[in-house]
Amino acid sequence: MTEINLDTSSVRSLNVKLQGAASGDNFNVSNTGGKHAVSVGLTTAINVGINGHVGYYCAGMNQQANITIKGNAGPGLAENMMSGKVHVTGNASQYAGATAHGGLLVIEGDASSRCGISMKGVSIVIGGNIGHMSAFMAQSGCLVVCGNAGDALGDSIYEARLYVRGKVASLGTDCIEKEMRAEHKEQLEELLKQSGMSHNVDEFRRYGSARKLYNFDIDQVDAY
Amino acid sequence: MSKDNPTLIESATFPRHIIAEIQRAASTGIYDIRGFGAKRALPSFDDLVFLGASTSRYPLEGYREKCTTEVVLGGRFAKNPIRLKTPITIAGMSFGALSAQAKESLGRGATIAGTSTTTGDGGMTPEERGHSKILIYQYLPSRYGMNPDDLRRADAIEIVLGQGAKPGGGGMLLGQKISPRVAQMRNLPEGIDQRSACRHPDWTGPDDLEIKIQELREITNWEKPIYVKVGATRVFYDVTLAVKSGADVVVVDGMQGGTAATQDVFIEHVGIPTLPAVRLAVEALQEMDMHRKVQLIVSGGIRSGADVAKCLALGADAVAIGSAALIALGDQSPEFDEEYKALGSAAGFWDDYQAGNDPAGITTQDPELAKRLDPELGGRRLANYLNVLTLELQTLARACGKSHVHNLEPEDMVALTMEAAAMAGVPLAGTNWIPGKNGF
Repeated sequence: MTEINLDTSSVRSLNVKLQGAASGDNFNVSNTGGKHAVSVGLTTAINVGINGHVGYYCAGMNQQANITIKGNAGPGLAENMMSGKVHVTGNASQYAGATAHGGLLVIEGDASSRCGISMKGVSIVIGGNIGHMSAFMAQSGCLVVCGNAGDALGDSIYEARLYVRGKVASLGTDCIEKEMRAEHKEQLEELLKQSGMSHNVDEFRRYGSARKLYNFDIDQVDAY
Repeated sequence: MSKDNPTLIESATFPRHIIAEIQRAASTGIYDIRGFGAKRALPSFDDLVFLGASTSRYPLEGYREKCTTEVVLGGRFAKNPIRLKTPITIAGMSFGALSAQAKESLGRGATIAGTSTTTGDGGMTPEERGHSKILIYQYLPSRYGMNPDDLRRADAIEIVLGQGAKPGGGGMLLGQKISPRVAQMRNLPEGIDQRSACRHPDWTGPDDLEIKIQELREITNWEKPIYVKVGATRVFYDVTLAVKSGADVVVVDGMQGGTAATQDVFIEHVGIPTLPAVRLAVEALQEMDMHRKVQLIVSGGIRSGADVAKCLALGADAVAIGSAALIALGDQSPEFDEEYKALGSAAGFWDDYQAGNDPAGITTQDPELAKRLDPELGGRRLANYLNVLTLELQTLARACGKSHVHNLEPEDMVALTMEAAAMAGVPLAGTNWIPGKNGF
């Protein structure tokens, strides 16, 4: 286990160490102080424990690494993540998992607005609630919300799947409730298990695209 | 007035092309979407002329005395700045909007000429990486095809906040151009319209942009220059904020800049011309004492070595060309006139880049049409054109007595119109009057 104290070490030297580490290496980062761009651009299957709150873009563009943040995360958590796992024990600010292509993002607490915006294949599991405009233009992947979802969920959504256990304040344009079939329950069960959450999948509803806005049609102009 | 019947007078308010547009709108119920750039007459670099050396200035010998053109971009913070043989770069154009062959041609031509090419929305293709010695990777709001491996493979990163053809607008790649490969790269189904968002998904405002730039630098080991590209609108403030956010290079795209597809009303009515945009950008850099420390690339309607020279004389470090590069590859060629006509257009008028049926095989994903462009020949033609622009630039610089093209300065030029004098900040020819300066 390599200890890195951000009181005495810069974010630059932290990222150089993490980006150069071999798969299987273990790191523990302390005194994060809300710093930005912590643990970004990792490319190997290392384990990084971050003790404390982090600022913008923590775990950005992660590939393969397993990153756990014991605290809260600022905007753009795990943005454009490609693979690996990012787990936050607290809450996350806006745009968590934005444009992420793969991997698993777990937020035990709440996530703010625009969670999963333009997501492109990632799986995101939220223990609490999510804010407005989440999964806006979500292309593919899964967003699981164990609490409630804010306004305009899934606005202009493409092929992503949304599972919500609680209430949805409102659905966005072209987002509709869809049937929860066996394959969806199976997928949800697996995601909850991987995230360490235990809920009955029968309590969830599924939402996705009505696919009415996939090609511009002047008769749909009032939808925009 | 009609040529055939002098008693017929055409309305200046409702000329035939306006009438045709009203009729088209009434017939279809939808606005006109097209490619290319602004077609209306605008104050431009044509309204400036150089004051060649004579008794008060000393010229350089055309074929004997050196006039160098090398340019270094991005040395403010990046470990590995970009070094170009000529200050004429290729602007961002996507695979998707353009065929793979067209992208390869751009890479080949730019590499022969010693300059850079730029990706576009939709990510980096192996063809363009393979054939572009210097490749700038665009970081766009849609993040289609965006991945950190490509970021690291790039030679510089261009964060796109806007483009001159449609500042404040996103993009749309219409379904007819979404081939299986384009769909796969963008992670969306085939055949659907693909919207490119108008703003980035994970920040708002310049304070956030500064942190985003920090993240990109951390991911790429502070090696790659970071460009910030804006469409020309509030240029002075946008350039100031880009520099404050930590950009190594600022790219300003004037309203003549081209696009693959957007509304005609956007192309013709949003943004300011390239001519005043250069002056405003340079003033912003000078006010911060960052001129030549943060480099300025200007694009939007650059066609000739004269345009390049005038841009540099106003203070730009380099230019970027898009539409002109496509024309060099074969766009608008008379060779395809009959086919253009069959599509309701003609060589020299073609602007339906969004349609995917480009007879020249450039703005298409149709494999049969795309085959018409031989990437080796296209690359050679582009290299020829870039070389001509560079020679013209040197010719004008030598005539003004400059041993490096960056030594050109506003004092080397005068304006032919009051508008150009005011916009460029150079005197009206034959006077010492610069409108807006010294209280007049």
